[in-house]
Amino acid sequence: MDVILFLAFALFALACAINVVVQKHPIASAISLIGVMGSLAVIYLLLGGEFIAAAQVIVYAGAIMVLFVFVIMLLNAGAETGSARSLTAQSLGAPLLVGLLCILSYFVQRLFPHEFATHFGEFTGGGPKEVGEALFTTYLLPFEATSILILIAIVGAIVLARKEID
Amino acid sequence: MQLWLIPILPLAGFLINGIFGRRFSKGMVNAIAIGSVVFSFAWVLKTLLALDLGHTYTERYFTWIQSGALQINAEFAVDRLTAIMLLVVTGVGSLIHIYSIGYMAHEGGYYRFFAYLNLFMFFMLTLVLAANYLVLFVGWEGVGLCSYLLIGFYFDKKFATDAGNKAFIVNRIGDFGFSLAVFLIVRNFGTLDFHGVFAQASGASEATLTTIGLLLMVGACGKSAQIPLYVWLPDAMAGPTPVSALIHAATMVTAGVYMTSRSWPILTHAPAAMETIAVIGVATAFFAATIGLAQNDIKKVFAYSTVSQLGYMFLGVGCGAFSAGIYHLMTHAFFKALLFLGSGSVIHALSGEQDLRHMGGLRKKTPWTFATMMCAAVAIAGVPPFAGFFSKDAILIAAYAHAPWMYWLGTLTAGMTAFYVFRAMFLAFFGEYRGHEHPHESPPVMLIPLAILALLSLAGGFLFRVPAFLSSFFPAQEVPENPALMGVSIFAGLFGIFLAWVMYVAKPGMADSFADSVKGLYTLVYNKYFVDEIYGAAVVTPVVEGSRAALWKGVDVAIIDGAANGIGSTASGVGGVLRLLQSGSIRSYATWVLLGSVVVILGIEFAGGVR
Amino acid sequence: MAEVPISWYLTLSAALFTIGAAGFIFRRNIITVFMSIELMLNAVNLSFVTFAYQFKKVDGHLLALFVMVVAAAEAAVGLAIILTVVKRRPSMDIDEVSTMKN
Repeated sequence: MDVILFLAFALFALACAINVVVQKHPIASAISLIGVMGSLAVIYLLLGGEFIAAAQVIVYAGAIMVLFVFVIMLLNAGAETGSARSLTAQSLGAPLLVGLLCILSYFVQRLFPHEFATHFGEFTGGGPKEVGEALFTTYLLPFEATSILILIAIVGAIVLARKEID
Repeated sequence: MQLWLIPILPLAGFLINGIFGRRFSKGMVNAIAIGSVVFSFAWVLKTLLALDLGHTYTERYFTWIQSGALQINAEFAVDRLTAIMLLVVTGVGSLIHIYSIGYMAHEGGYYRFFAYLNLFMFFMLTLVLAANYLVLFVGWEGVGLCSYLLIGFYFDKKFATDAGNKAFIVNRIGDFGFSLAVFLIVRNFGTLDFHGVFAQASGASEATLTTIGLLLMVGACGKSAQIPLYVWLPDAMAGPTPVSALIHAATMVTAGVYMTSRSWPILTHAPAAMETIAVIGVATAFFAATIGLAQNDIKKVFAYSTVSQLGYMFLGVGCGAFSAGIYHLMTHAFFKALLFLGSGSVIHALSGEQDLRHMGGLRKKTPWTFATMMCAAVAIAGVPPFAGFFSKDAILIAAYAHAPWMYWLGTLTAGMTAFYVFRAMFLAFFGEYRGHEHPHESPPVMLIPLAILALLSLAGGFLFRVPAFLSSFFPAQEVPENPALMGVSIFAGLFGIFLAWVMYVAKPGMADSFADSVKGLYTLVYNKYFVDEIYGAAVVTPVVEGSRAALWKGVDVAIIDGAANGIGSTASGVGGVLRLLQSGSIRSYATWVLLGSVVVILGIEFAGGVR
Repeated sequence: MAEVPISWYLTLSAALFTIGAAGFIFRRNIITVFMSIELMLNAVNLSFVTFAYQFKKVDGHLLALFVMVVAAAEAAVGLAIILTVVKRRPSMDIDEVSTMKN
């Protein structure tokens, strides 16, 4: 059962990811990205990350992607035109990417042999209670720091976007 | 005994006059300059009277160089040879200093002249008092420097500075030979002290001693203007006349003779070197005398005469008659200094005219100058019983005993010497005045030194019996007395005087018609056999051009500048290439980041592995 | 085969990351480039959660949370910048933003 779920959503995620990159219109990419987020949330659930799965859907798919869609709407972004112009990207990009994928897969295969398997329900420490506990004890400092970071981001975004309104 | 006072007094004079002289009055400059030299002379007298000159008296001041087994000290020594040199240098030097007060009275740079003159005295006395070859070399180089400074005294005239350069550079060639000799001495004898080297000299191989002797002779040729390094001396007449008298007649040029005489233990064991010295000496004597026959500048005549007389001294040294050579050194100092100072007086009387063709009849206008110069002229011509006769005779007799052809050549040269000196005398002082100036006699401050030197030229020969004085110093020489030889040389001198009389006084046009009849030979001789031009084409021009093309353009510009500029342009080139990374395109930046991360991952894998 | 080996999760993460990088390098539209960045961040989140499973610790989840927070902040500011840049010049082409050239 795990396998089927995993394979289905993994393939869906990959298809959506490729769609993000391939689509000409940004809005289509955005919708595909939402699809990636959703399938990733299910995969997190398979790994026992209940809180993270929820956060993924609420924050990423619900807030960030909505922000993206708003911006696409504001900018009236149309379909992309023109051809590639960066020589470096063209010549080096594809071999590098393929190489990167191969290297990472190779390391993964070498370091995590086939026996190391997952079972749904084996890890229960990902619930809100455990996350909350860790968040407010061990990770208190990063928590506070990131809250200030969000504050700065809000102020920054307002400052940057404000001028257009004046 | 405080020997160091002898050279230090003139050095002090140099420092005081050199640093403060600009602000001093002429009287003050005189007092310091003349005073220092006269006190030095007085100290020489005191020292010599107090010493027993039977053995060498040495004073050591400090250890100069201590390197392994080699130790060289700053040492002065006095023995009989030194005594004669000291008296000549300080005595004649004092007289010339006094003379210069009058001669340089109207020249610019008055204090500078006396400062340089004092510096020269310091170096010359160091050279003479030295107890080892290195201190002698210090003096040797120093007098070369002062010669350069004084020849180029009129530094705003290009021919004077050129002459100074020429003197210094040609001297340098000689100095190179001398340095090689010093190196060989150190290598073979392990010391540079005179007594140390000479004690071991008999034990060394003849080849070594011959090489050392020949190299010492090269040094002497440079300093004492022998063939082939004599070319600087005639040009050195561009300096003021007292300089010509002091440096280029009486003292500096005799340094070579002194040095070779001092090295007699080396030379007597190297007959080939002695032979070479004698041949060069007699050849130079003859060669320079022929050139002196045709010169029209009064100072040039005496310059070539100096070269010729130095050749005589080397002839004496080369034939083993060391004391005869030193004897001639002393008498030559007297009459040559007098000839130069006298011509200075003539030039001063004529307000700068130096060409013999524009002189004449001066014996009425400048009687004292005429009288004193005549004393010198008869001395140099070898007329007995004046000074030059004794010394020249001693050399010629030794030459005959060594190799008769040298005697005949030397006698012929003696005849030519008498001829050209009296030619100059007759052209300057007899006949009608051919110039446009108003000749006047020189002031007493110039005439008194002339008078003293005249007395010395006349009487110095039998007053100072140098060979007897030096007989205990140099090895004894068996030279038979031969009255016939003496008679021949006297006759040669007198014949020269007579011929000059005929050609320049009795029949004034005869000289010119004779010159016309041997036009080619005359041109050759008048132009000094074109030696300067030959040197210029064969040596100077190739060196200068080669240096310009190879060393300047090839090495300095291409290699050194090229390396320095090349580093700069390489840095800028590399920077230019790296600059292209900043393409402004975000995508290429991302690609570079990706590349970097892949490289890092691979690096970690190969370095130690993941896990 | 009733279980999923961990290596598959990590391979999925690597694949998503590579696809995100490809989008970043090859696309010209600024918004699409940004979305590729978000994709890469998600891939990294997946690997964090996978490792949290492996070590049976919750710390990986915490890290993933923080990544999410930072991604949110970054998206906000980044989109504001994009708005500013696109208002200055009418083009949405990432290659036009090249005044830092050389």
